Order: sequence, then C-alpha cells, then structure tokens
Amino acid sequence: MNGTAAPTIRTSTGRAIRTEEMVLNMGPQHPSTHGVLRLELVVDGEIIVDVIPHIGYLHRCFEKHCEAMTNYQQVIPYCDRMDYIASMNMDWAYALTAEKMLGIRVPERVEYIRVIMGELQRIASHLIALGTYGLDVGAFTPFLFMFRDREMILDLFEMTCGARLLYNYIWIGGVSHDLPPEFVPRAREFCRYFRPNIKEFNDLLTYNEIFIKRTANVGILPADVAISYACSGPMLRGSGVKWDLRKNDPYSIYDRFDWDVPVGKGEYGTVGDCWDRYMVRIREMEQSLNIIEQALDRIPEGDVMSAVPKRIRPAAGDVYVRSESPRGEIGFYIVSDGTGSPYRVKARSPAFVNLSVVPEISRGYMIADLVAIVGSVDIVLGEVDR
Amino acid sequence: MTFQEISGRLQALFGDSVLEVKTEGVVDPYVKVAPAKVHEIALALRDEPDLRFDYLMCLSGVDHGRELLGAVYHLSSMARGHKLTMKTDLPASDPRVPTVSDIWPTANWHEREAWDMFGIVFMNHPDPRRILLPEDYPGHPLRKDFKVPEFYNGMKVPY
Repeated sequence: MNGTAAPTIRTSTGRAIRTEEMVLNMGPQHPSTHGVLRLELVVDGEIIVDVIPHIGYLHRCFEKHCEAMTNYQQVIPYCDRMDYIASMNMDWAYALTAEKMLGIRVPERVEYIRVIMGELQRIASHLIALGTYGLDVGAFTPFLFMFRDREMILDLFEMTCGARLLYNYIWIGGVSHDLPPEFVPRAREFCRYFRPNIKEFNDLLTYNEIFIKRTANVGILPADVAISYACSGPMLRGSGVKWDLRKNDPYSIYDRFDWDVPVGKGEYGTVGDCWDRYMVRIREMEQSLNIIEQALDRIPEGDVMSAVPKRIRPAAGDVYVRSESPRGEIGFYIVSDGTGSPYRVKARSPAFVNLSVVPEISRGYMIADLVAIVGSVDIVLGEVDR
Repeated sequence: MTFQEISGRLQALFGDSVLEVKTEGVVDPYVKVAPAKVHEIALALRDEPDLRFDYLMCLSGVDHGRELLGAVYHLSSMARGHKLTMKTDLPASDPRVPTVSDIWPTANWHEREAWDMFGIVFMNHPDPRRILLPEDYPGHPLRKDFKVPEFYNGMKVPY
C-alpha cells in the first residue's frame, strides 16, 4: 500500500523483476465514470497508489451565465441543467435562496407540491444511481427494473409540467403549473406499486453475494474524514453520521412529516463502505415514499401563482441557503447589487465536494474497486463542472 | 450560540483583526476579518470548544468591483448547530489570503476554483492548479473586467 516498498517479484527461475509505478489514464470517456470525468491513476501493479481527478470537461459557465441574465427567474432553466437527473431539487434550492432574499412566504399548497415533487425526484435520482451502480459492478438486470419504475415518476412529472427531464417547474414564489386533477390518485397508485418493488431490488442486487463481495469493505470513508471533507447526503450518512438537512436544518415543511433518517451500519463490512452508501439510498427511497404519502393525504387547495413576484429586485446584500438534494447539500450563494439581475451566483454542488474525497478513500484498493468507489459517490458531472 | 455571541467571542480573541460585524440591514449577518489573519481565525473557529465549526459548507470568491475581490466562508457546526458567514476583502492588484485547506480539507477544491475563476492566490495551498478551466486559459473569467479573448489557441471565440 501507499508508502511501503513493493515486495520483490521474481520469475520462475528466481531472477528479480524490476517493478515501478505506472500512470494510467481513466476517462474522460470511460463508461464507469458516469460522464466526462478523467482520473489519473498512479498504480503499482493493480494497486492504486494515488488518484488525481481532472474535472471541467462539462464546464458550461453556469455562474458566468447567471451574471448575464436580465432577471432572477431566468437562472432556473440553467439550474435544471446542473444536476440534470435531479432538476426539481436544483430549482427548489435556487428558489429557496431567492425567496429568502426577497422575504417571500409561499402558499401552503406550493409547499406541499414542492415536497411531493422533490421526494419523487429523489426516488427517480436514486433509481438511476442504484441502477447504474449495479451496471458498474456487473449486474445488468436491476438497471432495467429500476429504469422501468423511474419512467412512472417521469410520467407524473410530464403530466404536471410537460417535461420529463428538465422541468423549469419550481419558480421563485410558486410553481409553474398547478397539479392536474388526476395527479394525486396516480401518485398514490405509484406509491402502492413501488413499495413492494424495493424488496425486489433487494433480492436482485442488495443481498446478492457477488455484489456484497464487490462493495462491502471497499472505499471505507470514516465519519471524521467525511465531515472534514464536507461530504453530504448518502455519502455522509453512509459513514454513520445521522445528518440530513431536512431534519437538521429544516426548510420548507419537512418538520411536519413523520419519517426517519437511515444511516450506514456496516452490516456486511465496515461502517462507511460502498455497500453502506448503496443501502442508505435504498432505505431513503422508502422514507421518501412515507413523506409523499403523508403529503398527498394533507395537500390543501389553493392558488400556486399567488406569491410569484411580478418584478424581482432584491435589496443589495448576499445570502447562502442550503437544502438536501439526492446527492447531498446543494447550496446557492447569491450576491445582489440591488438591480434586477444577480451580481454573483455560486453553486455549492454536493457532487463536486463529494468527489474531492475520492483520492482519500481509494488508495490501496484495486483498480476494479475504484469503479465501485466512484459509482458509490454518485456523481453527476453536470453538477460537478457546472 | 447566537451570531452575537460568536462575533463577540471572535472580537475578544482577535480584537482589531475583526474589521466589521454586520447584523443590521442584511439577511445573513456576517463578520469581516483581515485577510492576513484568516488562517489563525479559522483555526480558532474549528478548535475552540464552544465554537467547533467542523463543517465548511462553501467557500466563494466574489468580485466586488472597485478593484476589490473577496473570499466568503460559510461555516456550520454539526456539533453545536450554529452557522457563521465570514468574509474577507482583498485588493484586486494583489489578492492573497492564507489557505484554510489544512484546516478543512474540503477547502482544497473550493480554493482552486476561486483561483481559477478570480485569480485569488491562496498562500501555502498544497495543489494550486486551475480546476475547471484548461491550464493554459488566459485570465480569470468571473472577474468583472474579464474580456472574452477573440482567439483561444488559434480558434475563433465564439466559434
């Protein structure tokens, strides 16, 4: 492992073979890097000595674009394209920040709609994360099962706002469309349909002997390292830290629902290994279902556009607001100079921060394990590079 | 702890190095500190038992215009459950501030991003490379006086 001299390797006739470290390039077009991530590996045979991530291949100048907008509302479609598999949560995070700046209180119905959409999106995003994670370690079937169920969530989104991937749905002060009348029964039906499927995923993948061998005791992230690297979301909870912004820094109406924060317990290996991070996502889907069902029962009537401001011109100043996306803490830091367009927008994206800990937890493992580790971080390069 | 208690603690510990404590007329109250003292103050923020800021949420560079850049540190304490915004102003002609990446390793990438986008120099940074843009990119594009170059590596911009 790192720092110790490699043992001398000999041929069958007893001659010593000269060994040396090698630099190996993985990506940017590698199927297991989930996008355009380049990892520069320093390897000693199959053992990883160091990993140097190179990012920026998908940099689309999000922050520069925000400064060029003519009003605050125009930023939201760009937020969609940051974490393009959890667009609802991105829009919501930006809207929360702008609303705090303007001092807007959104109507009850809007809060409920946002919670329902946010949690449905969390399930959809976790389904992609878990399905592609199975693919990374060689299981093809769960991927198809999970994408089948994700389609049903996308149908619900399409029914509401017409889009299946990039919604531009959550606006500052409201949402773009009210729920159609058939949404609530269809969403209830989805919850009833989806809950037993989680058991099916567990049978297919979670407790599969090969899957456990590939992920348990791999990429162990101790809790103190996770906190010092500011990891968040399932990455942090997988390490056994009970920290969820929906509970610990509550926003919107999450304090009204009865649900639990799952954490990694090291059931098949050590606390904070890849299997724990995977399992936290599975259990979070169940908790999201709990929240959705409660919200569907209590959603009040009302006007979803009543608090949408006609003209957005916050006072000069700055504000940082964070919320819990499927990948962790998404924060927006907005500076206003008192005009109608943002002066500076900084997105603190969870995958960017979570990725920075990968070198720390990959040293000493095999190259094949790195695929499992990167998959368990669940990065979306759109959000890493912005 | 409330913001008043935290800022009071900082003023007691560092006196004149805390340049400004702003609570009136802002959404998020903040403390502004002298850039040379950032590392010392950050260390105290993390290690003082009643402060315990163990979690650096975000580190942002800002161009305030008027030849003034800034670094903004958003801190949170998981152990104590409080938050703090710390700012420091840097002259655009010589924007230098000590790194905090040895205190919170997460700052490593944030500081590389602030260097990349604003040209803020984080002294003693272990890996002071650009992070999002190519190594040979001219200038720091989030500065307000940045002009998009007409050519980049012989290619016309916009293409």
